[in-house]
Order: sequence, then C-alpha cells, then structure tokens
Amino acid sequence: MSSVAGTQQSAGAGRGSGAAQAANLQTTVLEATDLHKAFGPTAALAGASLSVDAGEVVAVMGSSGSGKSTLLHCLAGIVQPDSGRVVYQGQLLSGMPDAERSALRRGDFGFIFQFGQLVPELSCVENVALPLRLGGSKRRDAEKQAMVWLDRLEVAEVAGKTPGRISGGQGQRVAVARALVTGPRVVFADEPTGALDSLNGERVMQLLVQAARDTDAAVVLVTHEARVAAYSDREVVVRDGRTRDLGDSA
Amino acid sequence: MSIAKTFLGLLETGPCHGYDLKRTYDERFGQDRPLAYGQVYATLSRLLKHGFVEVEGIEPGEGPERKRYAITDAGVADVGRWLSQAEKPDLYLQSTLYTKVVLALLTDRPAAEVLDTQRAEHLRLMRELTRRKLDGDLADQLICDHALFHLEADLRWLELTAARLEALRMEITA
Repeated sequence: MSSVAGTQQSAGAGRGSGAAQAANLQTTVLEATDLHKAFGPTAALAGASLSVDAGEVVAVMGSSGSGKSTLLHCLAGIVQPDSGRVVYQGQLLSGMPDAERSALRRGDFGFIFQFGQLVPELSCVENVALPLRLGGSKRRDAEKQAMVWLDRLEVAEVAGKTPGRISGGQGQRVAVARALVTGPRVVFADEPTGALDSLNGERVMQLLVQAARDTDAAVVLVTHEARVAAYSDREVVVRDGRTRDLGDSA
Repeated sequence: MSIAKTFLGLLETGPCHGYDLKRTYDERFGQDRPLAYGQVYATLSRLLKHGFVEVEGIEPGEGPERKRYAITDAGVADVGRWLSQAEKPDLYLQSTLYTKVVLALLTDRPAAEVLDTQRAEHLRLMRELTRRKLDGDLADQLICDHALFHLEADLRWLELTAARLEALRMEITA
C-alpha cells in the first residue's frame, strides 16, 4: 500500500462539526490535490483540489458537466485521476491496488446515489445488511444492525419489502441506512435528493446530516441544489474542472 | 407585510390588549424584528380611526389604563378582503446586483467575482436559515423555507448570469 506522511492537522475556524469541532481541532480525513482527469479529448478535471475534515459536511456544487461527479469518483477511488493525488487518512489512494481500494470502499466509505440503487431482488433489510455481509458478518448480526439503521432512518416498517414496493423517499432513506451501516469515515452522496420531492428531500437531508454528525462521519455531498448544499458546513464550487472554495460557515 | 391587517386578523380570534397583541405578533410573525410599542399603538389608533377596531373596555392598573381592543364588522370585512387578494409578486428587475455586474463590466473589473461574492453570502445565509429551521418548530420551518426558496431563485440567477457574462460584456460595451 502506498502511503504518505501521517494525518494532517488543521484548525480552520468554523469548519467541521461533532466531536472534532468540540475539540476545536480538525483532522483531515480526505485530501485531493491538483487532480486532472480527461475522458478522451474532454478534460473533466483540470487541477481540482479538496480537503475534507472528519465530521465535516462539504457540498460540491457546479453546473452539469462541470466535473463535480468526476471529482467525487476520484475522491472515492472509483476513478483513477490521470495526475494529482488523493490521500485518505495518510494512505495514497491513487496507486493503491484495486483490491485494497475495493476493501476501503466497502468498509470505510459509504455511498448514496440519486436513485438509491438498491438491489431489487433483496428486501430492504437485506439491502442494508449487504455491506456488512460482504465484510464477513453473520446474517443475523448484519440484519440486526440493519434494523437499527432502518429504525433510525424512520423506515423500519419497510424492512421486509423489496425496493419495488416502497416509495422513492423511503427507498432513499434505505439507501442512507445502507451507506451508514458499516460506520464509514466518509459518506459520498451524489445528488441524494435529486429524484425526490421537496418534502422528502428535506427529510432525507436532515436524517443524513444528523446521522453523519452523530457518528462523526465526513460527508462529501455533490449537488446542484443550493437548498441541499445549505445543510453543509462549507461549499466548494467546481467550474471547468477546477475547484473554488466559497468559504465556510464562520 | 401589513401590520394593521395582521392585527385585525389576530383580533378576529378574540379581543385583547395592545401588549398582548404585540406579544402574539412577535411570537408568530416578528422573528428577529419585534414590533416597537410606538408602532403597536400608532397602528391601533389608525384602526380605531377607520372604525376597524373598537375599545371594548378599559381596565385601570398601576401604570396607564389598559385598553382592550375588539374587531368590528368593518374590520372583519377588511381582513377578509386582504386575505382573498393575491400579493403582488416581488420583482427585482434592475436590482442593485444587476447594476453592480454591469458597472463591473463597464469599468473592466472582475464581474465574476462580484457574482461569486454574492453567491457566498447567499449560501452563508442559507446555511444559517437551514440551521434555524432544524432547531425550530413548524412555523419556523415554513418561514425559513420561504426565505430559502427565494434565495435559491437568486442563486439560479447568479449562476445564469455568470454563464452569460461574456455575452453581456459584448452587448453593453458594443
């Protein structure tokens, strides 16, 4: 495994929340520097940088095609940048073998997508338990833990139903439960409310941010909706593949 | 917002003193801008003059006498008319921000930064309102949502304008 110098410390006023903020000392959990990525002749990222502290909710905003989703994919180790580096808790993600990155995504990262992307053949409780099962947990233990999270996300009543038999709002809450069930250090949410009406979108954001704060997980929230971004501690705008930090809540 | 009409609406739920009227108004609608006592009594005087309220009773106290106000039939009709009328949508054509953008372009200053500065301020306020909404009751949520949707609309304008800056520059400097 590639590695770089140990975890960085920063004390940016107003950044972060939860336990990290209480200690007034933030730990950088994820840092991307000068990322470049092209798909054929099209440059998706052209020098994007982003740093995320533990417990911090960062909104990545930008218009369609600005590169924000590519940035998220690079941060999560799904896509390898052409150049630049991504460091997760002192480990260099770019250059890490696929198997190691997969293990990291399964255990340390949680993912929420616009359309939930639940497994249609599995019940909701089985969907939420899936990351734990893939990590080696016994079925009973995994489903017990999954029920705790379904209850927390206020959708315990759909535990036995398959995704096709529940509403979009319920499905997205199940997806949030699935993202958080392993106790990830970073949750990547790509337009998590994009397919929901205002009321359901609000509730999903409230529950997601609250759960992340309770567990001190960082959230990288890709969105083009300002009202969704307003749940964050800080916004970063992506334009033409470059990032611009618009400041924090201080 | 019309304080007078709001007072009439509150008085329609039952007579009360000026002090109680102010307290109820501040709790429900005042948010960060509570009414000054002068405003309360000046408004009640106008409503009295127009026959929309009447003094139902006067109670002596240690300080000045306390008047108890009640709405009249004319007042009920007036508040009914107000409630049934649509409000004129606020338009911000020729807003200060538009003026700033045009002036920045005319004077060859970085107009994109004018927009970014405003965008950051809008987002900061939106975060503040969102936090307030999360800590508040349903009334707080509705009030904050109203403001949030308006700010979001402004932000869309900012984004669209940022994307059209070059076209605007060419048009106004042609």
